[in-house]
Amino acid sequence: MRALRLSATVAFTILGLLVVTFLIGRVVPVDPVLAVVGDRASQSTYDRAFVELGLDRPLYVQFGLYVEKAITGDFGESVLTKKPILDDLIYVFPATLELATVGIIIGTLFGIPVGVWAAVRQGKLVDQVVRILGLVGYSAPIFWLGLLGLLVFYAKWGLVAGPGRIDISYEYAFTRVTGLYLVDTAMQGQWGAFRNVVSHIALPGALLGYYSMAYIARMTRSFMLNELAQEYVVTARVKGVAEWRIIWVHALRNAAVPLVTVIALSYAGLLEGSVLTETVFAWPGLGQYLTNSLQNADMNAVLGGTLLIGIIFVGLNLLSDFLYTLLDPRVRRRS
Amino acid sequence: MTADPSRQGLSQWLLSEQPASRNQARLGQAWRIWLSFTSNRLGMVGLGIVLILVLVAIFADVIAPYNPLLGGDLRTERLLPPSMDHWMGTDDLARDIFSRVVHGARLTLMVVALVAIIATPIGLLVGTTSGYFGGWIDTVLMRITDIFLAFPRLILALAFVAALGPGIENAIIAIAITSWPPYARLARAETLSIRNAEHIDAIRLQGASSGRIIWGHVVPLCMSSVIIRVTLDMAGIILTAAGLGFLGLGAQPPQPEWGAMIAGGRRFLIDYWWVATMPGIAIFVVSLGFNLLGDGLRDVLDPKAQQQ
Repeated sequence: MRALRLSATVAFTILGLLVVTFLIGRVVPVDPVLAVVGDRASQSTYDRAFVELGLDRPLYVQFGLYVEKAITGDFGESVLTKKPILDDLIYVFPATLELATVGIIIGTLFGIPVGVWAAVRQGKLVDQVVRILGLVGYSAPIFWLGLLGLLVFYAKWGLVAGPGRIDISYEYAFTRVTGLYLVDTAMQGQWGAFRNVVSHIALPGALLGYYSMAYIARMTRSFMLNELAQEYVVTARVKGVAEWRIIWVHALRNAAVPLVTVIALSYAGLLEGSVLTETVFAWPGLGQYLTNSLQNADMNAVLGGTLLIGIIFVGLNLLSDFLYTLLDPRVRRRS
Repeated sequence: MTADPSRQGLSQWLLSEQPASRNQARLGQAWRIWLSFTSNRLGMVGLGIVLILVLVAIFADVIAPYNPLLGGDLRTERLLPPSMDHWMGTDDLARDIFSRVVHGARLTLMVVALVAIIATPIGLLVGTTSGYFGGWIDTVLMRITDIFLAFPRLILALAFVAALGPGIENAIIAIAITSWPPYARLARAETLSIRNAEHIDAIRLQGASSGRIIWGHVVPLCMSSVIIRVTLDMAGIILTAAGLGFLGLGAQPPQPEWGAMIAGGRRFLIDYWWVATMPGIAIFVVSLGFNLLGDGLRDVLDPKAQQQ
């Protein structure tokens, strides 16, 4: 019953996403027929394309066709690359996935310990530092920090490689299997290329990692404060359990349940952050694909990409709900 | 320092435990909120930054030493580093960056104000209607809200701007369309707790229409929490607008929009760092101000959240 309701909600939300992208596609001032036939086509060609695209039918019929095509993965053809949108998206997505994953790993590895530390030493220096880091993360434009990072770490100090995913000299040193260059190069033992990829991903990955760290640390702190005030902590102390064990084992385990949701949400947020980050770092992922398509009025590509990101968002939300029930016995029993 | 007796009288009148009129009670309440807000140092810093932004926007013509759109001599005044003549240097068209940043304050303030004016009523209307009526109206409206929440904000704004065409007006509309759902959620939650209150029952028994109850009695009670939320969101609105500008989808050149200015300075980043850096500092300081102000307001007006 619960699964049925859940799938109904998801289906409705995805249908809604389709309505939104369809309607956005309808209000575009770009004539979809001209996008297909070009502006030098004769009137008869134009009329035929108009009918073939289904533009003479009522709006709801057009929407039905749109949904039918979307279900089979047909979002039309990109004006820019002349390839089906889905193929393009599948090709660029691993780049974004790799970047966002590096970001979330950095964010989690640093965010949780720092958040726990700030909760334990509430009001002390660490706590203030975490607060300031959070405020800077909420206030500084990500593309600006990215540019400053390039200026300092690449141009001035030469610590990391510049924009792009990999140097051209390493581009053909390995074959593309998963599209995740870190995985591909490591599996094929191309360590020179691997190091090059690491040096390219270090700065954008750290930047996204910083943004997710600011959020994860803040939430960890507030969950931990909540747990440390519980009575089981007092009991553990009375029993003489070591303080580090109370903090890192007893309390953190309980705080971990809501934290899973936070991490899933900030993973989704990194997809959004990647649009601007990819533009700054010339990272050939989903974000850059979207902005390139935008600047060339390639509406099919824009809407396909928007839809894909929306679906990933819904998926990650579902996943976090699922993990929540898996990890929290109280929720599990109730359902 | 000796206290001014008339001033002291005023303060006493405001803080009186037995206000003689409704206005006295209201003013007294506002005064108490103000007093507790002023004790929050970071909140005051935020308020100061926002006030400076407003003043700079109003007096931009007086403050800016040069014309923000017309540059100086292209042979001698291009890409000058920060100096006494040009506090933030000049850009590639020999325009004074400080003057452009000052005039950019107007655009930023306009974006924030218009988005708040458009998105807040939509959120309030959807949320209160949904919460007050319940049933299928609630289900439908909240599903629609969820759909908008399912897109990341910047991505949806991008798609809207792509459809409407680039420009600052369209960017404002797009950001407003993507901003209202959280307000609707919040207003709905508040309405659910108010809906069954006795004073609402009393008005209903007097024969007031649903519209009148929602507009006259539910909306005012939801207002304060929604306003706090909007203030907290303003930094996000500024960042989204700057992001759209950076991607070339917001304000169009030669308008001195901060995000677009950073994009313009990108090409010269390595040799002429100030062109891209200075507008970024402005965005950072202003969003920080709104964040601090929002945090301060929340601490004062919503003590429940303060414990966190």
